[in-house]
Amino acid sequence: MSTETPSGKTEPERAQPDWETVQASPEFQALRSRLRRFVFPVAAAFLTWYLAYVLLASYAPAFMAIPVVGAINIGLILGLLQFVSTFAITTWYVRWADKRFDPHATAIREEIEGGTL
Amino acid sequence: MTLAQGSSIEGSNPILNIAIFSVFVVITLGVVIYVSRRKAAASASDFYTAGGGFSGAQNGIAISGDYLSAASFLGIAGAIALYGYDGFLYSIGFLVAWLVALLLVAELMRNTGKFTMGDVLAFRMRQRPVRAAAATSTLAVSFFYLLAQMAGAGGLVALLLDIRSTTGQSIVIAVVGAVMIAYVLIGGMRGTTWVQIIKAVLLIAGAGIMTLWVLSLYGFNLSSLMNDAVARAGQAGTKLLAPGAQYGASGTTRLDFVSLGLALVLGTAGLPHILMRFYTVPTAKEARRSVVWAIWLIGLFYLFTLVLGFGAGALVGPEAIRAAPGAANSAAPLLAYELGGTVLLGIIAAVAFATILAVVAGLTITASASFAHDIYVNVIKHGQVQDESTTEVKVARRTAVVIGIVAILGGILANGQNIAFLVALAFAVAASANLPTILYSLFWKRFNTQGALWSIYGGLAITLVLIIFSPVVSGKPVNPTTGRSASMLQGVDFHWFPLDNPGLVSIPLSFLLGYLGTVLSKEKSDTKRAAEMEVRSLTGAGAEKAVAH
Repeated sequence: MSTETPSGKTEPERAQPDWETVQASPEFQALRSRLRRFVFPVAAAFLTWYLAYVLLASYAPAFMAIPVVGAINIGLILGLLQFVSTFAITTWYVRWADKRFDPHATAIREEIEGGTL
Repeated sequence: MTLAQGSSIEGSNPILNIAIFSVFVVITLGVVIYVSRRKAAASASDFYTAGGGFSGAQNGIAISGDYLSAASFLGIAGAIALYGYDGFLYSIGFLVAWLVALLLVAELMRNTGKFTMGDVLAFRMRQRPVRAAAATSTLAVSFFYLLAQMAGAGGLVALLLDIRSTTGQSIVIAVVGAVMIAYVLIGGMRGTTWVQIIKAVLLIAGAGIMTLWVLSLYGFNLSSLMNDAVARAGQAGTKLLAPGAQYGASGTTRLDFVSLGLALVLGTAGLPHILMRFYTVPTAKEARRSVVWAIWLIGLFYLFTLVLGFGAGALVGPEAIRAAPGAANSAAPLLAYELGGTVLLGIIAAVAFATILAVVAGLTITASASFAHDIYVNVIKHGQVQDESTTEVKVARRTAVVIGIVAILGGILANGQNIAFLVALAFAVAASANLPTILYSLFWKRFNTQGALWSIYGGLAITLVLIIFSPVVSGKPVNPTTGRSASMLQGVDFHWFPLDNPGLVSIPLSFLLGYLGTVLSKEKSDTKRAAEMEVRSLTGAGAEKAVAH
């Protein structure tokens, strides 16, 4: 398998950064855990909330049918809340990524590309 | 073409419908020729990803154009009109799924890959076997999705152009396929993207206008609209507002719904034609912007379909919808006629056609890129191709023609098949074969070649087997009024898997197979490449740069 080359082979040859050193650096480790500390819990939370909703719709239709205002019932409100939570998480993530993630990622990238790391 | 007098939908004017659709085709072809003349799609990066030159907003609109297929538009509106709340459940799964793409997949894929899903999956693995596997599942997902769209085109023809003869419908499917091949060959990804952008704007604007129209008839009171839909449905009406009208019949159907819900939410981030769109922007940040645009547009559109579905239920009535050719799929067009007469019906019909055309073009370019880039260059030629970029594009173009022809033939054969089933099948394969492999590749250091192969091939095989032996293919009870079973095959029963949707079983099993394949293999993961992949995916260092144009 040693003859095989990865897809990046057509890139102009230049000194490859030492990826393992970068990976082991405290800056990169901090970046990595920063990302994971945000996306994993948020992903777990919205998937749980979605599954709870699907299970309620499947197994508790009587609960979902309880009217709240006019023809609007709990099921519709919970369904619309799925839309609201999706929009909210999207906005929250983008703000977080722009302010709390990108600056650190950019700093490390510039160090790699400048050859100082 | 047999353009019979009289109409399939009352008030439909086939000539007007065809005229409006032709205007759309002429304008979009003009745009495709214009954008590709400025720079011929000669290099591989230009043909596959438009050189990564689209902005986040443009790409986000194109993604919604790629994602909102005719199944979403006609299918969901119809399901809400007939089954009320249960139709709405689909939209929620289709929308929430985008958070998986946003948080876990889009940016990291953009930073590590170049053209295809295989680029990312094979990054730190043995190239040939993993690329072959990634291409296999890409082609499988694209094929099922493509069949669904082409079969949908056949149904739409019967419905809107009043072409009832099978020959006539086949000719229209062939025309749709030919136009799509032209888009892809002339415009590559740049042309295809513009077609998707135009289509998305038309579709969302059309649905938005109809939504405001319906709401204005009810003084912008959703509750009184829904009450009217309930009243119009008569005895069945009370069931419309709560879940259960379609899925609540028994323990099995409930479990089936949970299974479908799982495939919908986990399938999107594994759809190859969606993943490929992330490569058309210059940076991970723009990929993030695209997903944000896509989420807002898609969410807005699904809110529109909620109003349109109940609007069709209230203004057209479930009986008229059931009696129309195409049944549930005709709800939105019938509502358009009810609101704006022949002209609005013609516009909505043309938008529905445009929808199919744009989605099919996106699928074709993805499938041909995967064949040319993963299979031809890396598997057959071992990555050693003279004048790689030109050869690759040549192969991709030829593949696009072949796929177009296969899609036409498949569409003709699949004409009349259940569209929702084919789309659900594509989502189930994407969620089972692709997503576990993508997530392991991006987040699990130890993941190795054998793990990737087990989760891709295992997920694909399990999904296909469970579907073949499900009630969808054989063994559903015969409907006494039509004398036909709801299954694909009539008169045989070899099903042993109780659910229509395999996701509940196939997705966890694929994750398990990826894990077992990895830990049971003696192969050490390539720590150098793993380090490179992780650093690149998070920082964007060494990522493909946009080509100036």
